[in-house]
Parts: sequence; C-alpha cells; structure tokens
Amino acid sequence: MTELSVLTPDDPVVEELESVAIRFAGDSGDGMQLTGTQFTNTSAVLGNDISTFPDFPAEIRAPAGTLAGVSGFQVNISSRDIYTPGDAPQVLVAMNPAALKANLADVEPGGTIIVNIDEFTPGNLKKANYDASPLDDGSLDRFRVVKAPLTTLNRNALAGMEGLGNKEKDRCKNFFALGLTFWMYDRSLDTSLHWIQEKFGNKPEVAEANTRALKAGYHFGETTEEFRTRYRVSRFEVPPGTYRKIMGNEAAAMGFVTAAHLAGKPLFYGSYPITPASSILEHLASLKNFDVRTFQAEDEIAAIGSAIGAAFGGAFALTGTSGPGICLKSEAMNLALVLELPLVVADIQRGGPSTGLPTKTEQSDLLQVLFGRNGESPIPVVAPCTPADCFMMAIEAFRLAVRAMSPVVYLSDGYLANSSEPWRIPDPDDLPVIQVEHRTDPDHFMPYLRDEVTLGRPWVVPGTPGLEHRIGGLGKMDGSGNVSYTPQDHEHMIKIRAEKVQRLQNTIPEQQVFGPAEGDLLVVGWGGTYGAIRSAVAAAQGMGLSVAHAHVRYLNPFPRNLPSLLGRYRRVLVAELNLGQLAFIFNGRFGMKCEQLNKVQGQPFKISEVLRRIQELAR
Amino acid sequence: MSETTVPGPKLSRKDFVSNQEVRWCPGCGDYAILAAMQRFLPELGIPREKIVFVSGIGCSSRFPYYMNTYGMHTIHGRAPTLATGLNMVDPSLQVWVVTGDGDGLSIGGNHLVHCLRRNVNLNILLFNNRIYGLTKGQYSPTSLPGHKTKSSPMGSIEQSFNPVSIALGAEATFIARTVDVYAKHMGEVLKTAAEHQGTSFVEIYQNCIIYNHHAWDHLTDTGVRDDNVLYLEHGKPMVFGKDSDKGIRLNGLKPEVVQLGDGITEDDLLVHDAYAEEPTLAWMLARMEPPQFPVPLGVIRQVQKPTYAELALKQMEAARARRGPGDLRKLYMDADTWEISAEPEAAAALNGGSGSR
Repeated sequence: MTELSVLTPDDPVVEELESVAIRFAGDSGDGMQLTGTQFTNTSAVLGNDISTFPDFPAEIRAPAGTLAGVSGFQVNISSRDIYTPGDAPQVLVAMNPAALKANLADVEPGGTIIVNIDEFTPGNLKKANYDASPLDDGSLDRFRVVKAPLTTLNRNALAGMEGLGNKEKDRCKNFFALGLTFWMYDRSLDTSLHWIQEKFGNKPEVAEANTRALKAGYHFGETTEEFRTRYRVSRFEVPPGTYRKIMGNEAAAMGFVTAAHLAGKPLFYGSYPITPASSILEHLASLKNFDVRTFQAEDEIAAIGSAIGAAFGGAFALTGTSGPGICLKSEAMNLALVLELPLVVADIQRGGPSTGLPTKTEQSDLLQVLFGRNGESPIPVVAPCTPADCFMMAIEAFRLAVRAMSPVVYLSDGYLANSSEPWRIPDPDDLPVIQVEHRTDPDHFMPYLRDEVTLGRPWVVPGTPGLEHRIGGLGKMDGSGNVSYTPQDHEHMIKIRAEKVQRLQNTIPEQQVFGPAEGDLLVVGWGGTYGAIRSAVAAAQGMGLSVAHAHVRYLNPFPRNLPSLLGRYRRVLVAELNLGQLAFIFNGRFGMKCEQLNKVQGQPFKISEVLRRIQELAR
Repeated sequence: MSETTVPGPKLSRKDFVSNQEVRWCPGCGDYAILAAMQRFLPELGIPREKIVFVSGIGCSSRFPYYMNTYGMHTIHGRAPTLATGLNMVDPSLQVWVVTGDGDGLSIGGNHLVHCLRRNVNLNILLFNNRIYGLTKGQYSPTSLPGHKTKSSPMGSIEQSFNPVSIALGAEATFIARTVDVYAKHMGEVLKTAAEHQGTSFVEIYQNCIIYNHHAWDHLTDTGVRDDNVLYLEHGKPMVFGKDSDKGIRLNGLKPEVVQLGDGITEDDLLVHDAYAEEPTLAWMLARMEPPQFPVPLGVIRQVQKPTYAELALKQMEAARARRGPGDLRKLYMDADTWEISAEPEAAAALNGGSGSR
C-alpha cells in the first residue's frame, strides 16, 4: 500500500494494480456470498481475469455473531492471467468481530481491513471470544484499518423508506459495503443495479432499498476522508470471444447435458442431495427441456441403482455424490462394472473421513474411487483441473464410459465445484460428438460379444426384438454371459475387464508439461490444485529454477507417456490435498520415490506453500 | 419410445422359457410361480422384447434368468431402483420386479416403500417364505415371533412385518395377495396387476421346502384350506368356508367371523370394495390373520393415481413448451456475458442474460 501525503476527499489518487484479492466476511446470514458474487460479476464484465472461492460453514445459520457462523467469499481480480483466488487477501471486509477474528490471520500484512464498527459491541466481542476490542488494543497495527459504522450509515441512507423496518433495512448493509468496494476499485454499479432490478423487480421497495444502499456505499467512499487512494485493475488480455463466469458444478452440469444432447440421447441423473454435489442436481433439474430426467432418490444406493437401470434402457446415465455417498454406491458401481453398462459417477470430494468437513475441499477420495470396492474392480477416473475444465471432462467421462461400456468416475472437488472463473463460451458445433451404436442385429448376437478394438460389449436397448437377454452380477462366461463359476471363466473376465480399461490409454491425450521437458524438478498435481501449482511453478521459473508442472487429468488409466515423463526429472514432487495418495500410486506403480507436499486442512493450497516446497527441492 | 407396438404372432408359454437350466431346489414353490408366469404372459399380447424382469438377490431373484425376455439380476434389495430408472427412460416397457421377504423387506425395505409411494409403473412380486433360503435358514423380517432358525435357536424375538400393511402405509395403489400353488388364482392376480397403471404390489405366499416347509400348510392342505381362505371379489360379500357358509361382518369398528343362517344372511356381510380411495377396509383386510380370521386373497386395493413417469414426462413437455427444445447455444449464454474483441483497446461489452434456456 502506498502512503500519500497530500489528499482531499474530492481528489483521490488512483493507483494501478496488477491484481487484488478481496475477502468479504460476515455472518452466514449477512449475504457475503452474494456480495462477493456481485463484485466478481462486475469485475468479469469489466474484463478482469477472475478467480473466486467461497468458504462457508456447514451450518446454514449458526448463532449470529459466533465464529462458527462466519461465511466468507474471496475474489481475485487481475489484469493478467491468474489461476487462484489469491493466497492472502489484500482487503478484508469484516461485518462483525467474529468475521474479523476468523479471517485476520489470512490478510496480507499492510493490507486494508474495513470493519463495521457498529457490530463491535461488548456482546458481539464476547461471542467472538475477544477479551478486549481488537480495534483498540494495537493488535491491528500491521494493517490499515477503516472503521466504518456500516449499519448506521446504511440505516441513514434508507431513512424514510416506507414499509421497511430496521431488520429489513439492515439486510441491505451488504450492498452498502459492496458499493463502498465498487468505489475503492473504480467499478461501475451497472451490473449490480441491473441484477437488483432482475431479482427484485416484483418487490419494488426491496429493489429500491438495495439500490439506495449500493449507491450510498459508493458515495460514502467518495465523501469520506478514510480513503485516500482508489485502485484500478485493468482489463486482462484474453483471446477474443464471448465470455461468461462459470462455476465448476455448473460447468459439469452443462458438460453432461452437452454430451447427451450431441449424442442424441436422454440424460438421466439419479442423485441424493449431498454437499458439495447438490448443485449439479439443481442445475440439471432446471434443464428438463433438454430431455434431462432427474431423479431425487431416497438414498445414495437408489440414486446409482436408478442410473444403472437408465443405462440399461439406453440413456446417458449419471449419478453424483461426494465421498460418503461413494462409500454407499460402491457395491452398485461394481454391478455396473460387471453388467458392463456405461455410467458416469461424479464424486465431488469434500473433507473426510465420515461426515468430515462437508463444505470444505479435499482430494482424499482418490484411493477410494480407484480401489475402494470388493474384488478386482478397474474403473476409469478423470479429474477436471479448473472450473471451466469441468465442462470438458464431463463430456470426456461420458466418451470413455460409452467406449469402454464401463462406469467412469468424474472426480472433482469442493473447491472446483464452488469456485468460478471466466469461460469462453464454445460453439456447440466445435464440441466432440460421442458416437453411440445400439445393436439391433439379432444374427449371432451374444450379450458379451466384444468389440475387437475396445473390448466393449454391445449396448442393446430393451424393446429391440430378437435380442432379449439377461445380465447379472454373478460370475459369468465371456461371450454368452451365462452364469459360470468355472475358475478359468472367472479369471478371464477379471483380466478382460482390466484390459478393456487399460485400452482407453489409446484414446486419451498424452500428458502435457508446462516448462522444460527435463530438469531438476517436476511438480505433479491433479484436480483443483492446478491454479496454485501452476502459479508457484511459474514463479519458480521466474527465479531461474529448473521446474516443470504436469497436471494429471486422467488418473486411470494414466496417459501412456507418463512413466517416461516422470523419469526425465531429477526429482518428482507430488502436491495434493491428502496424505499422499497419488504419490503412493506412483511409488507402487512406477517403482519410484516421490517427494510430497500434502495438506489436509479443508483448504486449497496457497501459492506460497507450493513455492516454498519447490525452493527446498530445486536448488 | 413408441406407446404401441405392432401385434406380432401369438406367443405361447414356451416362448417365455429361456434356455437356462432352472436351479431351484426340487419342490420349491418358485417353480409353480415361474410356470404360472410363463403360462399367463402370452395372454397379455405384449411382445417379449417389451418385457423386462429385474431382481435383487435371493432364491426368488434367479427368476429373470429363466424368462426369455430382457432381464437384470442385480444386487441385494436394489431391484426397485434399477426398475425405476429403466421405467423413467422407457415407460413403454413392462417391468416386473421379483423380490423376496429378505430382499424386499429387509435390505431393500427403503426402496420398496419409496417405489410404492412414487407409484412407478412396475409390477412387484414379493415371494414371502418367511425365511432366508439362499443363505441357508436364518430368520427373515416376516418370520413369526418365536420362530426357531439357525440364527434364532431360542426363537425369534422380533415382531414380523405384514407386507400388505407396509404397502398400504406406503400409499400403494395396487395391492394383492396369492399363493404359489394356486395356479389359476395367481394367473388372474398377475393379469390384473399387469394391467394396473402404477406400482402393483403382489405378495405371493411361497413355500421353502428346505428351511421353512409347512409355513403355509393352513392355506395349501386340502383338508383345511377352504376354511382358512377368503377370496376377495370386488362388489361381492365376504363369504368363505368349504361350504360357503361363513362370512365377515362388521361389529362396531372390528370385523368378525359369522356363521350364515339363523337370521344372518349375505346382506349382513361386508362387501369388498377394491376401488375405495379410503383405505379403512383395506387396512382391515390387511390385519386379518389366522387363526381368528381367514386369509384374504386376491386384489385388496386398486386405486388410480398418475404414475411417476407420467408426471415426469408431463414436466418435460411443459418445460419444452415454455422454453422450446433444448438449445446448447442458449444454455451457454444464459448468464451475464461479455464480448472480448480482437481489438486490444476496445472495452468489454456487457450483454444481458438471455433469460431462457
């Protein structure tokens, strides 16, 4: 932060920033997710690169003012390519003492903290476990603190509005705070004003109150002497096209619909609500005009059972859940494997084990989806790496499922699900079309007669005359599919299913590397850690270190060039949000000894954490 | 998904017999049910390819292998879930779920009640032999209190389920009951079940000759059966007994068995109303058990409600009518969008959301 000496409120200095990370924090009822989203949308429309990450409690409304109830939303806006919501926010907007306490440790030293002093009452301080007010005891000396009576200012702005009590008026104070940040960062109010009209068009008094609060916050920034500097983050140069903001689960839902629609098939989604996967169900339930059939099942097992039934019926079948749900689905995943029906199982990982941290992110289901079932159970696994990549990998999951006639796991995580970034809207004509063939020829038909290239069996839809057949979960003979307990038949089926999955290697892209093709250190990641790793590796390269980054999106089978690629670096560092699951596989599969960077705190990597480890290893 | 299919050549029992060797124990009640099914199916005039049998795990669940139709032998208790997904994708298929007292009421109890509540257009046959047969003789949720089995050597201490009561509690629209060896009666019940739109729940008393032989002797031994069975017929008074000389009369809020004659005529008896929306009579029938009462057999309840797939498809049609058929371009653009032009200095332009998908 620059210190400037001669200032007047009418003439603030505008400072150009490359990027800034802002965190909005308050009670879970304070509307912080909405405030952050509004700031993001406006910034995206202005042409900044954006990356966001919401961090909210599992409790919908924990007691007001307590640490348990703090909800936060961080947005990073930039004039250059960014990959993460930012390590440490430069600005924290804290709506109460609990929000300050819960987020203070993350704020960059020298950063700005805007506090709503109206909420710093003895009662609220006590609820946040403060013995004395942090505003008075010098504990915030490292920061620039802006003490604003946001509640009072907001009420004053809404004074005289008929039909609204103080409670309703106070609900608008998040928009007052939003208006203030819009002024600080030189953003237009247009996008939010437009949104207010869309959202509250039929409740004119609410629309008016929010509009007034937003504008009052903006004017407060203009008139107060608290702010001596405004900041500007310029437009980010990206390839031309039409853009929108997209969140991971939204992208996944659109990817799944796209895959089915382009293949000319109905999409069936069986699911039981679970955080952080539920938003896929909600998105798809609103797309019934796309021949999407959603089924909110009575439990996780029914969800996957219905999807397997739908796959038997010839639909693009999908089920989605998080780690605890995968536990319950594992028997049925094996049924799909043995029936050899195409099915996509979406696992949006969260902190485990058991109920764990429902709203926090983690990458600890990898071994579960690879191995957590009875018997030899090879199931392909794909993992998107950014919110926008969720779209492509959703399509890819269906492509592999149909090709191999197999269940496929789409392994995302809470971070990807809920964070957002700009997405260049594709032309549907440029997207891959999955070719589906349903056999209708009864001549020499057998249900487990395999395609020579893919080893997939024919996908026959009930209703097709002359091809009536029975399939089941018992051991069977290849070809006829007849029940068989013969030792040789059993081993043959086990091996051919494994070979079938392995052959997908022939259709998946080779592993790409960012950086030198050989050198000191290769940092390997998978899933939602892409941004932090890429940023850290780029920074390390800038320091002259010999480091490259490989982000593995195909976790079973691996890209065929992966083993040789790993051998081209003196050391391989596997960075993941677990205790070393991919590293365990690399060590076992490739007979190597990986270096590890692990974190299981329910939070994504910070760039600095990855960079520090890189610096230790690549000297 | 055509609603009607061109009638093919008339099928016979043999057309529904698969090439698989039947592997139930000799004397198992399942043989009789399989035979009744294969005999009755041709009467429906539905081509084989439009029929699907789905089962879970247990002796009864081997059923699909023996039917020359489409079929799935799935996992324990879950058959109704697969059948539901299949029905939602192609409601024109006739889907039969074959389950047992363990598969359907123990491990799969949850799915059964939810399937019934949703009124998915399926036919669910629950073979009730009051025992676990395939795992060799442990007590089941329908085993009677005190039943000594391998896992209850001192007698079961559990209250048993009444499958018909469960179906009623789950708001089933079709509930019937029959017995494995009542070939003709079963054929009639299956036909009515098949023609019902919605979930048809049929409890079939079935004898396990190895682990629970004689469980249904009171209904199958020629000497006593006629005095223990009440054949239900819609609109007919509830008369039963070898000499049709007994009946069921309402006494206050409770049913009672009366002897006809001595001033008691059929006019005094309860008249069966299978189509009553109000379920009191059905509840009464569900709770009638020997030795105080004869066992009611036949269609206990049959009411009309929209099926699950009907409602689902109606919503899809409504969505298409409102927003037009799915259009990916519109879907992607349904948000605030902005244009980035090739000209570096040009400002990004805001577009409004298209507002429809």
